[in-house]
Order: sequence, then C-alpha cells, then structure tokens
Amino acid sequence: MINKMKIILMLCLSPAIALTEPVYSLRGKASLYNESKTPEIKRLQNDSGPVPRAYVQQPPLIPHSTKGYVVNKKFNKCLTCHSWANAAESGATKISLTHFSDREGRDLSNVSARRYFCNQCHVPQMDAKPLVENTFQPIDVLQAP
Amino acid sequence: MNEYQQNGKLSHYWRLFRSPSAQYSLGALLSIGFVAGIIFWGGFNTAMELSNTETFCISCHEMEENVYKEYQDTIHYNNRSGVRAVCSDCHVPKDWTHKLVRKIRATNELFHKVLGTIDTPEKFEAKRLQMAQHVWKTMKETDSRECRNCHDYQSMDYTEQKKRSVQQHIQGFDAGQTCIDCHKGIAHSLPSMVEIDPSAVFQ
Repeated sequence: MINKMKIILMLCLSPAIALTEPVYSLRGKASLYNESKTPEIKRLQNDSGPVPRAYVQQPPLIPHSTKGYVVNKKFNKCLTCHSWANAAESGATKISLTHFSDREGRDLSNVSARRYFCNQCHVPQMDAKPLVENTFQPIDVLQAP
Repeated sequence: MNEYQQNGKLSHYWRLFRSPSAQYSLGALLSIGFVAGIIFWGGFNTAMELSNTETFCISCHEMEENVYKEYQDTIHYNNRSGVRAVCSDCHVPKDWTHKLVRKIRATNELFHKVLGTIDTPEKFEAKRLQMAQHVWKTMKETDSRECRNCHDYQSMDYTEQKKRSVQQHIQGFDAGQTCIDCHKGIAHSLPSMVEIDPSAVFQ
C-alpha cells in the first residue's frame, strides 16, 4: 500500500520536477561570475574511404580534411580534384551532373552558382560524439542485404 | 703646363694606383687591405641578410597589405610545431650564388616600386596572375628548390602520410612533377584561375 502511494506521489511530482529544471545555455552551469569549462577542440577526421549515406538524397560527406581549402569567386580548391576535368587524374569522385543546372533545371556548361560553394552541403567530419542518443537507421534500400 | 694638367686627374690617379708605394710598408698595406676586406665583406653580407628579413619585406605597404596578410592565415605562418617560414625562406635561395642573382633581379621590383605598379589593392589584384606566374615559373625551373630546403622528398616517410597524400606524391614524383605543380596558393591568395583551370573557377 505504501509502495503504491509512493509511486502515485512520484508520478504526480515528476512533471513538476521536470518543469523546475532550469535551462542551461551552451556555457553550462557555471555562474556568470565564474569561468565555464573550456569545451574541447574538435578535430577533423582524416582520410577514410567514402562514408556510407544515410538516405538517398544525402550529399556525400567529405572523408578527408579540408583545412585551408579556399573556395571563392576566383578559385575553388575542391574542384582542383573533383571537377570533371581533374577527376580522372586525381582519382577523386567527380561532382554529379546535378551540379550543372540552375534552379529552373536549365543545363549549364560549368558548375551552377547554387552548387559552387561545396560545404554548403558537403561537410567534413569531426571527432565529436553526438550530444543526444540517436537511433536513426538508413533506409533499407541503402543497406547491404 | 705640367704632366698632371696635361693628362687630367684620372690618369694621375691611375699612375698613383699602379706605382709601388714608397711611404708605406708592405705589411701595413696588407694589414689595412685585410681589415678593409673583412669590413667590406662582412658589411656586404650583413646588408644582404638584412634585406632577407620579414621586417624589410613588409616595410613596403604593397607586401604588408596584400601578400603578408594572406600569409598570416596559412600553415607557413602558424602551425602546431611553431616552425615558421618567413618570406625569404621561400622566395630567396639559400646558397650564395643563387641568392646574389635573386638580389640583383630584385632591382626590377624596386623599379616597379618607384613606378607604383602595384601600389593599390586593385592594381595588385590586376597584376596578381602575372606575378604568381613568374613565381610558379621560377619554382618549376629550379625544381622547387626553396621548398626543398625544408621539404626534401627523399626524407619523406610515406608511411607517416595520409592515404591520399601518399598516392598523390608517388604519382606526382613519378610523372616528374615538382612541388609547385600542385601546391599553388598555399601561402597567398590565388589569382583568378580562369586561364589556368577553368573547371575550378566560378564563371
């Protein structure tokens, strides 16, 4: 009987406990007058093979470091390996045909402006652990039988 | 009219230069010559070294505001081991003969400094491709000699390199390529590469 009451009491109180839990900013629990713990500097993961995609439309991840890579109007470091002209010699994956059309679907002779800045979609990976647990699974068509 | 006035000052000094000394001992003349030689040679080399310092290079605003600023974001300025390569480490040969040749060629740079060929960022940008191509050409011709003062490929341990680096280095060296063939724009912003590689430029 006492046990049952305890459980009922806990069930009643639990939303209240959850509500009173304050929200912390990224700097954590340190007060404004103390220094917060310095977050660890995340490092780029270097040089792996191609990373499997989690869903079909996913822009492929970059499996190497891109430190110091310049992409601006005058020059695109990524394309010095991944462009169609350079891919054969460098052995890199060439950019897909989707990169050669504008948003109306008209074909262009070179990379489209909306596809030119590679790391708007393609990103290198850091050694960061996920902040919250994730049970996401790639769809079955992407999983080897 | 005596002989001195007849032949002019120049021939007088020439005769004085050629005739044996009657006043000073051979020892004194040699000693003075020796000391003067040291001072001249030491001074010459010191001046040459002075013109190799970063302070000297960025005493011109053309260098300080363009290439020096760009270089500060690169690995040759800041890196994990704290070894820095300053301007002259890459742009001036280490050995004496080639260094002297480079120093003499630099008079052309002084000439353009006076002309103000690149004295605004806009003018610099307009000339960037041409200037970069000069440097690339020189490095290609010398088999990237200045790179190799530090990065000698015979000292490279491929097992310590990343997978892609190993592949590219072996492939490149086998094809007779040199550092600058791939490693362009590692210390400064690149010019517009439309003419070099149109597939890697926004058009």
